[in-house]
Amino acid sequence: MAQVTTAEHKSIFSLFNLIALIVLGMGVYITYLRFTGGLAAVTNLSDDNPWGIWISFDLLCGVALAAGGYVTSAAVYLFGMKNYHSAVRPAVLTGFLGYALVVLALQYDVGRPWRLPYPLVVQQGTTSVLFEVGLCVATYLTVLFVEFSPAALEWLGLKKARNLVVKLTILLTIFGVVLSTMHQSSLGSLFLIVPSKLHPLWYSPYIPIYFFVTSIIAGLSMVIFESTLSHRFFSYKMDETHHKEANGVTLGFGKAASYVLAGYFAIKVMGISSGNQWHFLKTGYGTWYLVELLGFVALPSLLYAIGVRVKSLGLIKFTSVLAILGVILNRFNVCLVAFNWQLPAGERYFPHWMEIGISVFIVMIGLLLYRFIVTRMPILYEHPDYKDAH
Amino acid sequence: MSISRRKFLGWVGAAGLSTTIGKPAAAATGKHFTGYPNSFAILHDTTLCVGCRTCEAACNKVNDLPPPDKPFTDLSVLEDRRRTTTKAFTVVNKYDNKEKSKSPVFFKKQCNHCLEPACASVCFVSAFTKTKTGAVIYDSSVCVGCRYCMIACPFEIPTYEYDQVLTPRIRKCTMCYPRVIKGQLPGCVEACPMEALSFGKREDMIKIAQERFRKYPDRYVDHVYGEHEMGGTSWLYISGTPFKELGMREDLGVTPAPQLTAGALSSVPIIAGLWPVLLAGLYAVSKRKEKIAQTEKERPAESETEEES
Repeated sequence: MAQVTTAEHKSIFSLFNLIALIVLGMGVYITYLRFTGGLAAVTNLSDDNPWGIWISFDLLCGVALAAGGYVTSAAVYLFGMKNYHSAVRPAVLTGFLGYALVVLALQYDVGRPWRLPYPLVVQQGTTSVLFEVGLCVATYLTVLFVEFSPAALEWLGLKKARNLVVKLTILLTIFGVVLSTMHQSSLGSLFLIVPSKLHPLWYSPYIPIYFFVTSIIAGLSMVIFESTLSHRFFSYKMDETHHKEANGVTLGFGKAASYVLAGYFAIKVMGISSGNQWHFLKTGYGTWYLVELLGFVALPSLLYAIGVRVKSLGLIKFTSVLAILGVILNRFNVCLVAFNWQLPAGERYFPHWMEIGISVFIVMIGLLLYRFIVTRMPILYEHPDYKDAH
Repeated sequence: MSISRRKFLGWVGAAGLSTTIGKPAAAATGKHFTGYPNSFAILHDTTLCVGCRTCEAACNKVNDLPPPDKPFTDLSVLEDRRRTTTKAFTVVNKYDNKEKSKSPVFFKKQCNHCLEPACASVCFVSAFTKTKTGAVIYDSSVCVGCRYCMIACPFEIPTYEYDQVLTPRIRKCTMCYPRVIKGQLPGCVEACPMEALSFGKREDMIKIAQERFRKYPDRYVDHVYGEHEMGGTSWLYISGTPFKELGMREDLGVTPAPQLTAGALSSVPIIAGLWPVLLAGLYAVSKRKEKIAQTEKERPAESETEEES
């Protein structure tokens, strides 16, 4: 039966498979260049611009967009919103893959990737925000792996191990939220040290809070967006419960995202007021800031609210894309656009195509792993042997 | 049973996390540090500098750096605005003198060796050390190559060997730490033919600067750059031209870099301690609500068959 299902859906994926093959080929080629020629061979990084898109996109956006895992599991297991239960496993899977890929991306970016465990085992730089980020990301990746493992264990038929892990659910969820609060905000704290380099509209003592709150927005929106994609491509894998709950998830998460976006808008305005940065709004950077704040924060908040009010799933799904782009835009602004804003234009950074190539390559690995797992393991449906377990 | 489990969770969460995360925050709390006593500093008097690049040549020599693209005797490079690179730990730049257009101002750029360095504070393997001589030195044997020090440096000094495949290092001025501990002068100071560079105890260098202000009030802007900038640096500058016109930031403030992140880091153990309690509480509330809803649902049935409950 499994073969029939695969055959049925083969045609949908053939074009995708072709693209995937090209992207993987390109990725392997750039990987070869990176590890034989150094960073200079494949990036436009310079002494003035030491962080490029491998940090702004792969790390900062990657971690934010993987926030669906802790947001969803907290809603369901801790806050008792059980009608969203079917959204937990896909969200945890995306979170796990997201963090794993962040760690993969770092292998390309840091100069000596084999030394990545050094901050833990050789010498601790405890005054560094990055030390805390590293510690949390490493721990949280482990937590996500354990949170995800019941699906794999059910697939493998390891009942005892699976039941043991399921017993840890609440503990793992609490750990996940604590660790996420810490490192999501700390990714923002990384920039607290550079008031002289980051444009005053984006630099704020509140930046850790901004990063944490936007991670919630990203998490909620990613769950909606992903579910849209999953329904398109993996609908046949979903069980009745998943189908029945899906609209509720979209409406509920859309509503939550609308509120969080509104709160985020408020604290952003407070940040500008407390720093009295209003005069910067008249400049070119001010216009760009308003594009981000009005077009990618205020607008999605409003559209989510309308979508929920008139029960338009289409509008909510569209808005989720807008909100995700908003978070990506914010990370790019903080890390690249508004960073080094005082440097002359000629010394500013623009990514080399091979840097973009590696980012695309890593996203593609994520898509392929996601497809591999959801077509095999009980992610979008409950395993028949464990129906009563929830 | 549910109570004991909740207790357990809170305990594990709080104890487990605060032991792992507690240390960085404690180490980051901002103490008032005004530099090691008797540490050294270098005073650069730009009014004496003639832009001969002898210091650049000396730096190149004592640090065993590769030969430059153009020889050090070629002064045409002064026409371009240069920054430190992996091949040049110090560069001299030429700036127009607004008052006397015929005598340009030369300004030597290199690591300022902050009293509380941003690079050292952000390094997650503690590869940077502020030594008691005043020099900020770097240990490549632990460096992972994350380049956060380059992001953090307010003077844009550290450079990176992007072209090295297996052994990329951060490169920057060491204030000639290996020479100074042997009792020698830093290469650039020793080489300067104009005595535009003076080396000595930091307190004395500040005194010399102030003495010159007093003796020649017309010649100087009354400010020792580096005395307080970013909490103070071990390189000090005096000049007849406002520092802003010499490519130096005048908006850096006097807060040492580590204090900028100390607050955020100290909130970490609070999250680790408080969040598990808060979250376990929310869990308990939702559990309890569920239980009450369940009992209320069962109540009519209860009155009919009492044994069931």
